[in-house]
Amino acid sequence: MSSTGQRADSEAGATAPLPAAHAAHIEAVIAAHGSAEGALLPVLHGVQEALGCIPPAAVAPIADALNLSRAEVKGVVSFYHDFRETPPGRHVLKLCRAEACQAMGARKLAEHLLRRLGIEWGGTTANGALTVEPVFCLGLCATSPAALLDGQPFARLDAAALDALCEQAKAA
Amino acid sequence: MTRVFLPADAAALALGADAVLAAVEREARTRGSAVEIVRTGTRGACWLEPLLEVETPEGRIGYGGVTAGDVPGLFEAGVLGGGRHPKRIGRPEDLPWFAHQTRLTFARCGIVDPLSIEDYRAHGGGAGLAHAVSIGPEAVLTHIVESGLRGRGGAGFPAGIKWRTAARSDADRKYIVCNADEGDSGTFADRMLMEGDPFLLVEGMVIAGYAVGASQGYVYIRSEYPHAIRTMRAAIARAHAGGLLGADIAGSDFAFDIALRVGAGAYICGEETALLDSLEGKRGMVRAKPPLPAMQGLFGRPTVINNVLTLAAAPWILAHGAAAYAELGTGRSLGTLPVQLAGNVARGGLVEIPFGAGLRALIEEWGGGTASGRPVRAVQVGGPLGAYFPADLLDTPLDYEAFSAAGGMLGHGGVVVFDDTVDMAAQARFAFEFCAAESCGKCTPCRVGAVRGMETIDRIMGRAEAAKNRALLDDLCELMADASLCAMGGLTPNPVISALRHFPDDFQPAAQAAE
Repeated sequence: MSSTGQRADSEAGATAPLPAAHAAHIEAVIAAHGSAEGALLPVLHGVQEALGCIPPAAVAPIADALNLSRAEVKGVVSFYHDFRETPPGRHVLKLCRAEACQAMGARKLAEHLLRRLGIEWGGTTANGALTVEPVFCLGLCATSPAALLDGQPFARLDAAALDALCEQAKAA
Repeated sequence: MTRVFLPADAAALALGADAVLAAVEREARTRGSAVEIVRTGTRGACWLEPLLEVETPEGRIGYGGVTAGDVPGLFEAGVLGGGRHPKRIGRPEDLPWFAHQTRLTFARCGIVDPLSIEDYRAHGGGAGLAHAVSIGPEAVLTHIVESGLRGRGGAGFPAGIKWRTAARSDADRKYIVCNADEGDSGTFADRMLMEGDPFLLVEGMVIAGYAVGASQGYVYIRSEYPHAIRTMRAAIARAHAGGLLGADIAGSDFAFDIALRVGAGAYICGEETALLDSLEGKRGMVRAKPPLPAMQGLFGRPTVINNVLTLAAAPWILAHGAAAYAELGTGRSLGTLPVQLAGNVARGGLVEIPFGAGLRALIEEWGGGTASGRPVRAVQVGGPLGAYFPADLLDTPLDYEAFSAAGGMLGHGGVVVFDDTVDMAAQARFAFEFCAAESCGKCTPCRVGAVRGMETIDRIMGRAEAAKNRALLDDLCELMADASLCAMGGLTPNPVISALRHFPDDFQPAAQAAE
């Protein structure tokens, strides 16, 4: 384990090449959003929507197209909680952890859910069906606790309602 | 044909509004009743959602908290004629909950079809812009200054001064940026407005653009608001078709355009300079001020960056006059504040009232006390960076200066109620945890201080040299408040210090253990 070997790993080995279909998606996203002012976030959102994530190999073509350094693009990807380098499970549950939901028992609800699914925040169930992410406020604070499942809002959740929701997602 | 109104606001959807819609359609079909269903925003009484309304000769009759299972019974009771039913609430505007509000910004929200520009105009929309272009940019600036309108995002900076500064800055291009990165827990007014009356925000941005000579607007909406994003995007497209955006707006030679941008889950982007960096395609890092964004903002150009509610207040001010707006409120807090009642509250939702009302009246009269029925123990006003108030501070009037004098802040008007089961040491620790997760990392007091704060509270609660660590915590809070670059690090001590000051017993692990 020499230090030079490690460096080679992180530079070349970590970046799997892009499949042709993915490259085409990225090209299409850049064609659609690349010429806007400050285009990087719209481009990254577009890539993540098409591919489910922003694979490390996507950084170079995005940087080239927007005339940015790869470091700048990677820096932006890593800064924002939304962007991920690997795809999530088939369904994504965003459970609110913020104060209004805390006031209605969200802490216990989250503990219950994560224990039941056997995962941590950001984790995915073993069968790849469900990823649970923390979110700080969904603007559903008068009907707490709240969550978004695949973009659909749910409110006044309790353990039973949340379990039912997750079972439904896991089965689908 | 009977017109039926059902909100498509995210809060109503979260409580099953789409299932109610399907049930109404099914029931109407089975019974051969002709209904036209209009999807509205919410009127703001989240506790009454889904709120089904039916147009009758007596006005719109509401049925609150309707479930899909209620629908056959409602039809049996003659809902389409406003028939009697346990869920019937009569005309919503007659309920004290609505009747006692002063709805300026939210006058149309929940009533109109949010994406119908005809409906918008029929309910008074566009009058502010029409007046603005008839009096000219300089007079518009005077109106905003004289109205006393202050930034509704939290800082409360006079909007007219900001607009005037941008107007007086020479540049080839200027921008209006709407901060719709409403990340404070307990707040949802921006979301509600964008989902329920998006053309009002468009009109407010156009007025701002006209006043300062800007050609391009951006609405930056957080990604956690998919419904607001969809509605706002559709509204911008329709505003073009309806002559509210584009060239020659409202019969003038003024041209203005708006683009929508979506955030990516960073709370710090609600800070105005971090938001500008994010719009430029960068990490959402806070900028040092000066230069002020009004002089050098987005892409280095003069930029008015205002919260949704600030921009949305402009059309009313232009349509009704600065004096009418400034008559409402108290001291230097003029006009109305859309308060959001949230957390452990029986009747939560949005209440728009003039500044100056007491917090207790809001929580008791509008909120109906806690949802759990237990006593109120703490109330956090102004989001995660706001102070926790104990029950004996609830008579503080809703006024920027009064809140500041009481060691708190009004912020964006979110009021989160906690009952007596709350553990204030856990809340204080969360304030640091949140800051550690969301700090942009540019300045050390915030980036490192948040982590150290969390560790110090853990040591206090773990009974490791509690007195020494209490002193350390006070020091750390003072340092973060004085030396952080922006409000994130600078205000994180607010919830911590208020919890320590008002709820000291919760920080006595030894006493708890002895109980």
